[in-house]
Amino acid sequence: MAEKDKPGFFSEMFAPVGGFGVTFATMFKKVKTEEYPEVKRPTQPRFHGRHQLNRHPDGLEKCVGCELCAWACPADAIFVEGADNDDTPGGTGRFSPGERFGRIYQINYLRCIFCGLCIEACPTRALTMTNFYELADDSRADLIFTKEQLLAPLQAGMDAPPHAMADGMQERDYYLGKVEGGSR
Amino acid sequence: MSESTVFSEAEVDETDERVDVYAASGEEESGRVFNAVGGDWDDIVGEVGSRPEERIVVNMGPQHPSTHGVLRLILELEGETITEARAGIGYLHTGIEKNMEFRTWVQGVTFCTRMDYVMPLFTETAYCLAVEKLLGITDQIPERASAIRVLMMELNRITSHLVCMGTGGMEMGATTVMTVGFRERERILSVFEMISGLRMNHAYIRPGGVAQDLPAGAIQAIREMIPLLRQGFHELELLMLENPILKGRMVGVGHLDLTGCMALGVTGPMLRSAGYPLDLRKDQPYCGYEKYDFEVLTRTGADAYDRLWLRVKEMFESLKIVEQVIDELQNNPGPVMVEDKKIAWPAQLAVGPDGMGNSLAHIKEIMGTSMESLIHHFKLVTEGFRVPAGQAYVAVESPKGELGCHAVSDGGTRPHRVHFREPSFNNLQAVAAMCEGAQVADVIVAVASIDPVMGGVDR
Repeated sequence: MAEKDKPGFFSEMFAPVGGFGVTFATMFKKVKTEEYPEVKRPTQPRFHGRHQLNRHPDGLEKCVGCELCAWACPADAIFVEGADNDDTPGGTGRFSPGERFGRIYQINYLRCIFCGLCIEACPTRALTMTNFYELADDSRADLIFTKEQLLAPLQAGMDAPPHAMADGMQERDYYLGKVEGGSR
Repeated sequence: MSESTVFSEAEVDETDERVDVYAASGEEESGRVFNAVGGDWDDIVGEVGSRPEERIVVNMGPQHPSTHGVLRLILELEGETITEARAGIGYLHTGIEKNMEFRTWVQGVTFCTRMDYVMPLFTETAYCLAVEKLLGITDQIPERASAIRVLMMELNRITSHLVCMGTGGMEMGATTVMTVGFRERERILSVFEMISGLRMNHAYIRPGGVAQDLPAGAIQAIREMIPLLRQGFHELELLMLENPILKGRMVGVGHLDLTGCMALGVTGPMLRSAGYPLDLRKDQPYCGYEKYDFEVLTRTGADAYDRLWLRVKEMFESLKIVEQVIDELQNNPGPVMVEDKKIAWPAQLAVGPDGMGNSLAHIKEIMGTSMESLIHHFKLVTEGFRVPAGQAYVAVESPKGELGCHAVSDGGTRPHRVHFREPSFNNLQAVAAMCEGAQVADVIVAVASIDPVMGGVDR
């Protein structure tokens, strides 16, 4: 120990009972205990919570079924199956701009390790992580989240797919941010 | 203290009833087994006491609350004295190293961070430094990325020491040490959550840099935290270091001198408590540690008390480094990932009203304007980058000692083999040397002073 840190005569004398001072002072301190679940502590904005599948401003899904999230996932928690958008009259309809959409999308929260590689992989910001963390449940089936559960709710100006792309817009315009809500 | 008490006897018991219920049929019975499952403890003690010439083997753990996780200690007793001590490990083996061989180099970070869950950022750094060495890009890592790594590691060193002291104190019955320690740790975990989005198992440090830059306000938050931490450490110091009860419990206990440390490959605070100032941050600097001013402290007692003393003082040294790093980070707005687009993980995260995901600017680039970037993005995520064939060993100074990562590549996109030299594992073999000849109660103190984390020991 360096010479400058050498304690003085009195602090050395009282050092053996210094712990009692800490205990005494603690009586006048604010308690740090968190009262969960009555009081929920807000997480930091970057917190890795439950996933969400997002929509373009006109309501079309951002997911194009590319499976990059599933590829990136080190725990094999994500299952995606893409399908073709069908614009023809009488067809199944259009769910996303462009050619393909994610027909089946599942995240298994029993496998997910919340590392966030999936959201880093997503090339369309279809997949994001929210700050919701209360994911406990008591059955296997309930913890495999399907596309309906993961999809973000419709906001003002959004129409539920299937529907056509915004008037006069190409697929690329969606990613360039030219499409606005209620443009149909 | 024990789940079962096993008797070994020299001569065969006269009664024809089986005495070793765990022996397979036909197998030679090695001794009488007593299971403590309810009933009157005195009955068992009485029976044991009726055979004074016999040695007693006690299984301490793996579910014992004081053995620091799922560590099983097999103690041979003679009265209260331990004549032989062996550590049984493997109860937390999860096959992380093997699993890493089936994932890309980047995905490996999410696995290795779960080895020693008390010091995840050190394992990540050791792994990433090894991968970078194999790639030959050690010099190209941006200074800001290295500084962030140092910042995260030093904060992590503090949390690890706090867990060691907190749980160690609790195992001896001092819950105050635990509450103070975990209260201070909580402050740092909030900062980790702010920076990486996770409190543990961050997967924040990646080959080539770090996952994302510090968020706005992080440096301010750390600045505000430092005086509080310092005050908390001072409380711990007052509580423990000169307390006569604690000193009586720890001084001279778990003694392992320098010769023993060297013979067993013990590193970290254990080695420094024996007087050898080995600290890889000074001896073979990595991540730019040579830029920071701090001291490597040593003691000469080589016992549990000196290790505790060193851990307390090392936390103050770590704070000194943190202060220097945040000053540096404030003046260096550089990138946090290597330039090389063939290696750099292609993510630009941003937080929005819809949560955290790739920033819209990044989406615009890869989906709207540059097909080249999109191809790179897809290639790097699905296949990963190729690492030249060869092997590399990189060691970092973790809170527990030398944490090394030996990565072997066969030239592919996945590791051929990754092996970690976990200090917990190496240090744990000192249990026998430290405990034999001591009292049963001293085992708890000795094991706590090693600071083994079974996640790191078993991997």
